[in-house]
Amino acid sequence: MPEHIDTTAGTATPRPRTPRPGQQHFAASVDEGLGAVDAVDTTSAPAGFWREAWRGMRRRPLFWVSTAIILAVVVVAIAPQLFTPHQPRVCDLGNALASSSPSHIFGTDRQGCDVYTRMLFGARASVVVGVLTTTLVVIVGVLIGAAAGYYGGWWDTVLSRFTDIVFAIPLVLAAIVIMSLASTRTALTVALVLASFGWPNIARITRGTVMSVKHNEFVTAARSLGMGRGAILWRHVLPNAAAPIIVYATVALGTFIVAEATLSFLGIGLPSSTVSWGGDISQARGALRTDPQVLLYPSAALGFTVLGFILMGDVVRDALDPKARKR
Amino acid sequence: MTAQIPLTRGTDTQSSAATDPVDMTKPLLEVKGLEVSFTTGAGVVQAVRGADLVVYPGQSVAIVGESGSGKSTTAHAIINLLPGTGKVTGGSIRFDGRELVGLPRKEVEALRGREIGLVPQDPMSNLNPVWRIGTQVGEALTANGFEGSRAERRARVAQLLAEAGLKDPERRAGQYPHEFSGGMRQRSLIAMGLAARPKLLIADEPTSALDVTVQRQILDHLEMLTQDLGTAVLFITHDLGLAAERAEHLVVMFKGRVVESGPARQILADPQHPYTQRLVASAPSLASRRIQVGHELGAEPQDLLAQHPDEAVAPPRAEIVVAKNLTKVFHLRGGGRDANEFKAVDDVSFTLSRGRTLALVGESGSGKSTAANMVLGLLEPTSGAVEFDGVDITGHSGKEAFRFRRRIQPVFQNPYGSLDPLFSIYRTIEEPLRVHRVGDARSREKRVRELLDLVSLPASTMRRFPNELSGGQRQRIAIARALALNPEVIVLDEAVSALDVLVQAQVLTLLNDLQAELGLSYLFITHDLAVVRQIADKVCVMQQGRIVEQGATDQIFDSPTQDYTRELLAAIPGASLEIGPQVPAA
Repeated sequence: MPEHIDTTAGTATPRPRTPRPGQQHFAASVDEGLGAVDAVDTTSAPAGFWREAWRGMRRRPLFWVSTAIILAVVVVAIAPQLFTPHQPRVCDLGNALASSSPSHIFGTDRQGCDVYTRMLFGARASVVVGVLTTTLVVIVGVLIGAAAGYYGGWWDTVLSRFTDIVFAIPLVLAAIVIMSLASTRTALTVALVLASFGWPNIARITRGTVMSVKHNEFVTAARSLGMGRGAILWRHVLPNAAAPIIVYATVALGTFIVAEATLSFLGIGLPSSTVSWGGDISQARGALRTDPQVLLYPSAALGFTVLGFILMGDVVRDALDPKARKR
Repeated sequence: MTAQIPLTRGTDTQSSAATDPVDMTKPLLEVKGLEVSFTTGAGVVQAVRGADLVVYPGQSVAIVGESGSGKSTTAHAIINLLPGTGKVTGGSIRFDGRELVGLPRKEVEALRGREIGLVPQDPMSNLNPVWRIGTQVGEALTANGFEGSRAERRARVAQLLAEAGLKDPERRAGQYPHEFSGGMRQRSLIAMGLAARPKLLIADEPTSALDVTVQRQILDHLEMLTQDLGTAVLFITHDLGLAAERAEHLVVMFKGRVVESGPARQILADPQHPYTQRLVASAPSLASRRIQVGHELGAEPQDLLAQHPDEAVAPPRAEIVVAKNLTKVFHLRGGGRDANEFKAVDDVSFTLSRGRTLALVGESGSGKSTAANMVLGLLEPTSGAVEFDGVDITGHSGKEAFRFRRRIQPVFQNPYGSLDPLFSIYRTIEEPLRVHRVGDARSREKRVRELLDLVSLPASTMRRFPNELSGGQRQRIAIARALALNPEVIVLDEAVSALDVLVQAQVLTLLNDLQAELGLSYLFITHDLAVVRQIADKVCVMQQGRIVEQGATDQIFDSPTQDYTRELLAAIPGASLEIGPQVPAA
């Protein structure tokens, strides 16, 4: 467009020779100094992504509340006998459905077992199933999601469709069907069954984040270094995709504990020989009208634990949110 | 100013502003001692400290400054659109005789659009993608008190779009933003900004996201339009050349303070404050002009950044990279029919000599980055070949390809995306050494220290993380990483385009020093011809995948043979300014 070449700007109005009031040439004094161009701030402490996330988290009261809950639950799950003189399965039938007393602070259930003790011993089943399921779900989901997102093409088409199919199956319904057919029912089988239907969410999240991370220029830079695709995925892409996965996994842990309790409540989760909150809640149904405390305590313990993990997920999400990051 | 223009002008389409007897001696906008602060987690940050600013009716004024200088904050304070926790903590803003500081929100809203229009920075994100352009311009009309019927409004929208320079405005009004190019979107934003015939138009970096030729057309048009309407314009820009070309009065801001203000030409010719002096000396658009002046006077261009040994004495150098008839065809989504093929690079040939810099220049979509990626071996050419040191890289086996990587390294544009945020600076620079199994842990650490020193960063930087560094510092880290393996060629893909002028000049100087010290060859990809003048020995001008002109830098700048090259050169902001050799050098 040659007509633009000779257009000189601002020829339409003659510009005034003398500046108008308030527009005289002015220069500020040099009292502050300019400093070197683009000097590195060497005074502040180094701060990486995780370090800054930690700094952000530890300022939040919610973080300490949820940490306290989770720590308490974990300690109780490891060594419940430290906190109670009773045994969960040594019960006095003659003292069934007693209300709270100094020796049985939460009372006893239909079998005469100490409700407080069973509540403490039930933590282990929940925590084991929750942690195991989440670990399996993260492994499977990340593998499938990362392969689909990073390699794309046919990998993506096949893996994503497969993910969608599994996603369409309701978790608890599928678990009920499988568990009702299972010959052995242990914490491991429950975790395996829950994990085999619980991974699609993680896979979808991983796929999305991996796809956005892999277009970064540092990935191209790594390629032009001659790094292999797998090495780039492992060293650069996955660590940068970790934040949303961690956030989801923390929240999911709570939901898997609920799922385990649901299965145990229905009598197809952990066997009745294993003390679990779901099983106890199921047992307490009949006594709900007369002795609500039997239902209340295991339910409260379950709710409290799940709340702990969900709060933690919330705090972690706030800390890892890239929009909340400095600069 | 005698006749107050009524706030609701309704269907009164022909503005009265141009015909009104406007008192040109009374300031339209007067900002005095403006203080703006933001509350952050780290405490209160003073973003603007005592800024003064005067705009007369119909006048164009520019605020110039680098990122973080408070120039946008000042403009946003005027229309009370400060983001987040921003608050005006002192000073006064008088507009047309009214004090704006402390004005109730309702009254400021009434002022916005009707008396003070805004053309925002990013044409991509400032239009709602789900609404038609016409609807959005019409909304601007309605919000500012347009009271005509639907048909009248439609006619007015078309008129506004036509005025902003869009051809076939009725049809354009029915289109969606994604059907518009960046320039067309910016034109519709200008139409919206001027819809209610404001007395003042604030243009916040109105064209910095656009190609230079488009930028020039739009600024020319905006200037014509605002002159016809008698609208005063307040430009916010980082580009001193653009500011000086488009505004009669300049306000230079630095760290929240106005460090210098005055008539544009006077500031360029005789900058008083050291910061302005630095800015004038480093502005690439002005520097390139200065070099030409130096040539004409027969003087040695002392401030020439590129200080290569004399061409005549130096022995002829081997050609390190030869691109032969490179062509890259992309198959667009939607089946394998021929109609969906897109030739990004079309029969491109160039040679890069050892120790020299070759610039590939072009606007967005010209295929320059695609060509660079083929040279880097990251993209396979559809046809043609890239020879590196006499060997065709397209036929490399895995092992050969891996060895080839050591000899050519890239530096990318985006200083925020080119470093892994989770890697410390040490790991970032060490990575190439580890991948290529160079040395042991101790010798690698020594090398990282050396490299940091080479790019003028303190060794303590290596414990830091990318988010702690500025854009220029990150870019220097990226250069250090690229240098780690002692490559012969570095591909700089818009490597300085995202940086502030002073930082850009610093990085260019660094690149030039490194070239002299290490004998590097650069393939320099950029859209910015002004920068090319400072760094390149040879230039290839690309347009729509083809090289339209190539030659020695001086030859291209002094006597371009192609219309497109001439147009690009003329579009450099500040190119039309007469800047004498009295401007102090860097």
